[in-house]
Amino acid sequence: MVKVTYIAADGTTTTVEGEAFSNVMQTALDNDVAGIVGECGGSMMCATCHCYVDEAWQGKTGARNDGEDDMLDCAAGEVKPNSRLSCQITLTPDLDGLVVHLPEAQY
Amino acid sequence: MDRIVIIGAGQGGLQAAISLRQEGYTGALTLIGGEAGLPYQRPPLSKAYLKSGDAAALRLRPESFYDKNAVELVTETWVDRIDRAGRVVHAGDRSFAYDHLILATGTRNLRPPIPGAERCLDLRTLADAQTLRTVLDSPKRCAVIGGGFIGLEFAAVARGLGHDVTVAEAAPRLMARVVSPEISSYFKDLHKRLGTVLHLGDPAAEVTGAGMVLKSGTEVAADIVLMAAGVVPNAELAGEAGLEVNNGVVVNDRLLTADPDISALGDCAVFPDPTTGRPVRLESVQAATDHARLIAKRLIKGEDMPYAAVPWFWSDQADAKLQIAGLAAPGDATHRRADGAIFRFADARLSAVETVNNARTHMQARKALAGPDVSRAALAAVDYDFAALA
Ligand SMILES: Cc1cc2nc3c(=O)[nH]c(=O)nc-3n(C[C@H](O)[C@H](O)[C@H](O)COP(=O)(O)OP(=O)(O)OC[C@H]3O[C@@H](n4cnc5c(N)ncnc54)[C@H](O)[C@@H]3O)c2cc1C
Ligand code: FES
Repeated sequence: MVKVTYIAADGTTTTVEGEAFSNVMQTALDNDVAGIVGECGGSMMCATCHCYVDEAWQGKTGARNDGEDDMLDCAAGEVKPNSRLSCQITLTPDLDGLVVHLPEAQY
Repeated sequence: MDRIVIIGAGQGGLQAAISLRQEGYTGALTLIGGEAGLPYQRPPLSKAYLKSGDAAALRLRPESFYDKNAVELVTETWVDRIDRAGRVVHAGDRSFAYDHLILATGTRNLRPPIPGAERCLDLRTLADAQTLRTVLDSPKRCAVIGGGFIGLEFAAVARGLGHDVTVAEAAPRLMARVVSPEISSYFKDLHKRLGTVLHLGDPAAEVTGAGMVLKSGTEVAADIVLMAAGVVPNAELAGEAGLEVNNGVVVNDRLLTADPDISALGDCAVFPDPTTGRPVRLESVQAATDHARLIAKRLIKGEDMPYAAVPWFWSDQADAKLQIAGLAAPGDATHRRADGAIFRFADARLSAVETVNNARTHMQARKALAGPDVSRAALAAVDYDFAALA
């Protein structure tokens, strides 16, 4: 299992155990974390899974995937350098402890 | 309101349950579905699932969700009658009383009245997809009736897995009901390149033990025949209960039927298109989930808002990601931008944008369509570049 902490825009913090090689979007839905919608099921079609990777973790989550920029460009929340589509972040074992921040709205 | 019952545990029915709880509903919540197992998403059935066979990846929420959120999930149970006067629905010998009822019954595959249609396979449910996967475990000749999204997505995957594929479509072009001629022809070239044989303007007239026979007399030898010729909305329940049905359950711009205690959403619902007012029925994840959210807000927060979401849709065929923002009528005019993006116009108003592998333009179009009408003249003045629109 891989621990992930989600910090909502209002500061609500939820830490859950995700399955290794699941992704940050699916793990939020599986654990009832509000603030991520994931409408397209991770097909990179909806941008309702926007998150901000905590600065301490940016090195480990790596760069955006192909096509992510274009979708993020029109995400509902403000797009920052650490913006990612959470469905594109795979929970590799080295991400144990990952912290992500959530935007105020997803659509 | 103490008892909400949802009929249909698909994409929209489950979203209604999720949204009702998110909006703060604390009463009893029952989600009744005819299928077995936990609610799942259908889009991957004709895409990733056909390749991977990973059924667990399809489920929309884990089992724990239903307990945690006090959603009573009743599976393998078909509702057969709505008693509006008594505000109760019946499923065999079980009954469920409601204060508000949400119809989320979706659609089922259309079976055109051609001889031998009963021999065909379908692709609508997880069970259908599992059957297809089993059949495709060795090289097969596949015939597909219908050149719409599902038939073509299946064709692309089947070719990718090395099967022979022939598609028969009644209309003169692919996906004719929903995309521009330009996009139809792009996908015609794509499928030909993949090695799929296409018969356009030549519907299947008969299905036999040896394959299918087209209207022109052409015989297509096949081991399996997939029926992908459209769907029928599951609206009989509503009709038998005296609610208006016209290509689906008719609702107003609040997604309410004529009975103030019954809403309808998703694939089974016919609602007024927010832009034109004409009655439409959409078959998309977007419509099912946006409908569900609006209904939950109305029921729990008392927000009396008309439905106004911009429609959007996607389809994956081989390496082509088709995305559609907005809703064009079949006769809408077309402008092709140099990069291939297609702009559709109802008179002077932008009605839809169709793109292939161009997520940026798709997202820009969704944003633009959510605002005031965008005119053709304004777009032409900036070379159809949304970023330059004032
Ligand atoms: C193969 C396939 C690929 C698709 N690809 C895409 C795509 O790429 N993008 C996209 O946006 N959309 C896609 N769609 C469409 C999308 O899946 C549907 O629009 C969406 O599922 C509609 O949700 P719904 O809740 O209205 O209906 P459904 O999800 O179909 O759910 C309706 C449920 O109600 C149940 N039901 C019906 N009658 C009764 C009854 N009397 N009692 C109890 N239960 C009942 C049915 O068994 C069904 O489970 C695809 C659909 C299919 C089949
Ligand atoms: S879930 Fe749709 S883009 Fe991530």
